[in-house]
Amino acid sequence: MSNLSETLQGLKASGRKGLIVYLTAGYPDYATTLETVLAMEAEGADVIEIGIPFSDPIADGPVIQHAATLALKTGSTTAKSIELVAQIRKSSRIPLVVMTYVNSILGYGKEKFIADFVKAGIDGLIVPDLPLEETGLLEDICKRQGIPLIGLIAPTSTVDRIKCIAQKAEGFLYCVSNTGVTGGQHNNYDQIGTVIKAARQVSQIPMAIGFGIGNSQGASAAARYADAVIVGSAILEKLTNEGIAGVRNLVRSIRETLDGESE
Amino acid sequence: MPDKNGKFGEFGGRFVPETVMPALIELEERYEALKNDASFQEELHFYLQEYAGRPTALYFAKNLTAHYGRGKIYLKREDLLHTGAHKINNAIGQALLARRMGKKKIVAETGAGQHGVACATVAALFGLECRVYMGKEDIERQALNVFRMRLLGTEVIPVTSGTGTLKDATSEAIRYWVTNVEDTHYIIGSVVGPHPYPMIVRDFQKIIGEEVKEQILKCNIEKLKYIVACIGGGSNAMGMFYSFRNDKEIIKIGVEAAGKGITTNEHAASLTKGRPGVLHGAFSYLLQDKDGQIIEPYSISAGLDYPGVGPEHSFFKDSGIVEYQAVTDEEALQAFKRLARIEGIIPALESSHALSYLEEIMPKTQVDETVIVCLSGRGDKDVDMAIKVMGGL
Ligand SMILES: Cc1ncc(COP(=O)(O)O)c(C=O)c1O
Repeated sequence: MSNLSETLQGLKASGRKGLIVYLTAGYPDYATTLETVLAMEAEGADVIEIGIPFSDPIADGPVIQHAATLALKTGSTTAKSIELVAQIRKSSRIPLVVMTYVNSILGYGKEKFIADFVKAGIDGLIVPDLPLEETGLLEDICKRQGIPLIGLIAPTSTVDRIKCIAQKAEGFLYCVSNTGVTGGQHNNYDQIGTVIKAARQVSQIPMAIGFGIGNSQGASAAARYADAVIVGSAILEKLTNEGIAGVRNLVRSIRETLDGESE
Repeated sequence: MPDKNGKFGEFGGRFVPETVMPALIELEERYEALKNDASFQEELHFYLQEYAGRPTALYFAKNLTAHYGRGKIYLKREDLLHTGAHKINNAIGQALLARRMGKKKIVAETGAGQHGVACATVAALFGLECRVYMGKEDIERQALNVFRMRLLGTEVIPVTSGTGTLKDATSEAIRYWVTNVEDTHYIIGSVVGPHPYPMIVRDFQKIIGEEVKEQILKCNIEKLKYIVACIGGGSNAMGMFYSFRNDKEIIKIGVEAAGKGITTNEHAASLTKGRPGVLHGAFSYLLQDKDGQIIEPYSISAGLDYPGVGPEHSFFKDSGIVEYQAVTDEEALQAFKRLARIEGIIPALESSHALSYLEEIMPKTQVDETVIVCLSGRGDKDVDMAIKVMGGL
């Protein structure tokens, strides 16, 4: 079993909820990204999502857009992000999932992109603008490289789509909390909860809710429906406003809340 | 064409978040049903004719022909349409589509403001609520069109993300649509975006070429040699070329914006200088760097200032159905002036790119051969820009 599946299945077996956190590679610089990843692991994050900045991120809200724009302006490149993963791997085995848009992958060369990141040490790939109908583009390469291509479901997904996506799912299923982009604050997860229920009928895969989870309350509300929660924009906001110490506090408080509830 | 996944050959597709996939599928189904619905077609025809002013003339440009001293030049007068450009063809079609789908809100992006004005116009006409996203820079460059949209009751939202231009306005319109997909229809302004948009916009624009086909007979044009149109996203060109795509003896030329020159970094020639990639939901030729980051395009003409191009054009390029060329700002400005002086028509700067290509083809044209240029819009919107670059006359 892969590092990612092992971690998430292990959590599930022990009745704990998983905490997946997101960072944009190279924001505000690579040294900070590296240090923040390790700090988040120390505070109890289970999986790290590394966003590879793209110039036109259509699924992202203002916070992640801004981080990507700034990272690109200050010289973030795919090659440097691959190097970042290799650096993280020198001191950590935490599951790493790369999140980026189709064109980052195509632009660099899809075979090479996936091979280079896998070699550096990633455990999965999330591509938010690659729906079910287009997965053929990367599916085989991911299989060959031995990493899951993480599927996404949304509140608008029809029952048929939910089933198809869930049946193919590997690693975990990314459940988008609301119709919209990343960021903001959402506290109502009933709608995606219904979608998750349908997905569970055909798949045993861990379900993770993301988009708009900004604090412990949000995380605990989402955790009622899912096996894991994904926190992104809120982490970047903390990083911008309060530095790594702020990120530590946020991750710790969410971790404590999640653990408190699953006891 | 396209296939069931919206591919023209290898181009096109639907590279969008799962959230909007069901809406795209629904749109396609509703559109396929309405396409053959007589009452829908009748309604569309009515508004195109009575409101927009179709059919547009195929005008024999006698003076321009005399200027080149050979061949025959005809202009397809989309500039005479209500709101001043071909964009209204698509806006009417899609607003009617939105109404049939029971959506009361529309959202659109705009660069030069022509598509925004067309959407604002049909929104006023059909009582739809309309939001238009526009790059902050373009808002400053196109103050006249911003005022027109607001006058028509549309909310114009400045976009500052990314580089604050058309590509960012498009991303922002898509984000708004993703968030409000249940009650909002997105009217994309060209033959770009995820399937079924390139097909729908093409279908609403192909009336341009269909009319030309009839007018050729009426005007007794025997040897049609060239058809020329400018390419931003490619909607006027697709509208013009589509009916002629199988006529091999007619040379179809799409003219992109070479800005300050295609050997510089300041141009918008996606087909001439780009390589295939994914932007705004479709796989197509694209201006991008080695990591796939989109390169900000440049053109004097805001309507051509887009880093991508419609996927069907990419297919036409690779299969040799259409030839793609590029002309510079300077060349377009000269054509702009030339048509004003010689024919008494002020063309849009976008259309001036197509007109400029006459310089290249007229010397090669035989006396009995005809050239048709799509005059996609009128130049009133561009006079501020022209004053800036041409100075006093
Ligand atoms: C008059 C005119 N022509 C051409 C264009 C370019 O668009 P397309 O290539 O979709 O026709 C525009 C876009 O704003 C326009 O206003």
